[in-house]
Amino acid sequence: MNTHESAIASVPPVRQPARGRKKRGLTQKIGFAALAACMAANIFFLGAIIFFIGLKGLGAINWAFLTQAPRDAMTAGGVAPAIVGTLYLTLGAIMFALPLGVASAVYLTEYSPKGWIVNLLRVSVNNLAGVPSVVFGLFGLTVFVKYMGFGVSIISGSLTLGILALPVIISASQEALVAVPQSIREASLALGATQWETIRKVVLPAALPGILTGVILSVGRVAGETAPILFTAAAFYVKGYPDSPFSEVMALPYHIYALMTEGTHPEEQTRIAYGSSLILLALVLSVSMIAIFIRQRQRKTYHA
Amino acid sequence: MNRKKERLIKYLFTTLAFASLAFLIGIVLVLFKEALPIFAKVGPKAFLLGESWYPTAEPPEFGILPLILASLWVTAGALVICVPLGVGSALYLHELAGPRQRAVLKPVIEILASVPSIVYGFFGMVILAPWLQDTFELPIGLCVLTTSIILGVMATPTVASIAEDALSYVPRSFREASFAVGADRWQTLTKVIIPAAGSGISTAIILGMSRAIGETMTVLMVAGGSAVIPSSIFDPVRPMTAAIAAEMGEAPVGSEHYNALFAIALILFLITFVFNIAAELISRRFRLKLGLSR
Repeated sequence: MNTHESAIASVPPVRQPARGRKKRGLTQKIGFAALAACMAANIFFLGAIIFFIGLKGLGAINWAFLTQAPRDAMTAGGVAPAIVGTLYLTLGAIMFALPLGVASAVYLTEYSPKGWIVNLLRVSVNNLAGVPSVVFGLFGLTVFVKYMGFGVSIISGSLTLGILALPVIISASQEALVAVPQSIREASLALGATQWETIRKVVLPAALPGILTGVILSVGRVAGETAPILFTAAAFYVKGYPDSPFSEVMALPYHIYALMTEGTHPEEQTRIAYGSSLILLALVLSVSMIAIFIRQRQRKTYHA
Repeated sequence: MNRKKERLIKYLFTTLAFASLAFLIGIVLVLFKEALPIFAKVGPKAFLLGESWYPTAEPPEFGILPLILASLWVTAGALVICVPLGVGSALYLHELAGPRQRAVLKPVIEILASVPSIVYGFFGMVILAPWLQDTFELPIGLCVLTTSIILGVMATPTVASIAEDALSYVPRSFREASFAVGADRWQTLTKVIIPAAGSGISTAIILGMSRAIGETMTVLMVAGGSAVIPSSIFDPVRPMTAAIAAEMGEAPVGSEHYNALFAIALILFLITFVFNIAAELISRRFRLKLGLSR
């Protein structure tokens, strides 16, 4: 209530001389123009990134670039092993984070919707989401690479990336589960279904599109992450394709970093880095656009 | 039989739900365990306030003040960009954009947020840094200024989308009351809606700050890497995240250098932890203030 009163009280009095009003109109015009400029800046940034990376990246990309391994001390050939490595790491991370994330969300919304435990878990999910990605890397290095003895490998990298993806999947799934109308649950329970049957056959199917959006968003996030795999999975050059979960891999994001900071042929390497950046950018942006598209369609069906 | 199964499933979900907490605790334990030896050796004060970071010199020096200051400088610089742009975009989306514009602009912000940090870093390194260097005749392109600009651009969508959420929670009645007493749209926005959403907007800024200070690949590629206390925005620097990422590969496991890098990570973790808790508390108060239960 207090807020209402103070908010209203802070508005200036109604009657103002005509000149004051004119000035007010001008202030409003300038203010709104400034806001529009802020919004335009976002479009400009996105446009600039896509334009510059696209312009020079396209020149580097051809069929061989997408299908061959690097040659001649990273100055020629393609980046196929890095693309494959990124796919493996992402797939592994999602396989780990998806069941864990959905189960956490189900517990938080279906089994224990109130109380201090839920608060504690909610705060931990939020904090986990805010942990700097390089810290995940150190955790993965200590626990997966060293302590569990997985070494620098696909599995260490996937698990590390999976922890990073976990909060994204939990939040999205929770949102999707909360949006399922209570009446559907009650109808199912009234028909004699147990709680687990209700969750499995009624609630989860209804929440599926929302959960899927979360998964897709986390795919985009995981595929582009570099810091967590620096010490847990990635190598600048690995001969051939990975043949087991315990092998080191090349990965697109790390490949870009290594091309720009290592090696002895900066010019050729920058060209390849442009191509790799464009592939990564195209991969990640199309994945997020799919997620946004699914969500918008989903919203329309809710409204209809 | 059935009830037993139900209970078993509930226990299973409960256990799995504690994974996030377990990982968070695990991270804290790992960081403390690996960081403690260096605190014991050098002393917390000398570590935090020491002015020289020469981890591989003989004898090595482990003072991380240059790294902390570097992180603070680039984060402060990022805020100069992401606060006006982020909040401004949120206000535009909330106040001026019609439904059709929103349908395009909100995805633009989300897509900007999903650009990988390595791509931002690469862009900063090959496009922005050379351009700034040429245009303003800087001695070196990879410096605080370049890093701040890139970090600011990266944090803008974070600030914009959280601030826009906060604005959308302000009840319609506030606006209607303001119009009813004769205020125009700009006055309503600056004197009613922004103050009402103020704590929600501060949450957005804190989370944007947290994003900027924890960002690794961008600063690793763009900040220039020199571990000295910055004296101008044209100096190259080595923020905390960059030091960890750049040096971990060459630090022998279990060495003092290795422990010191974990100690930097611990401090970084604590900073972002405090930011996140602050954001959490402020946003909780914000919701209570506006009478929202969530």
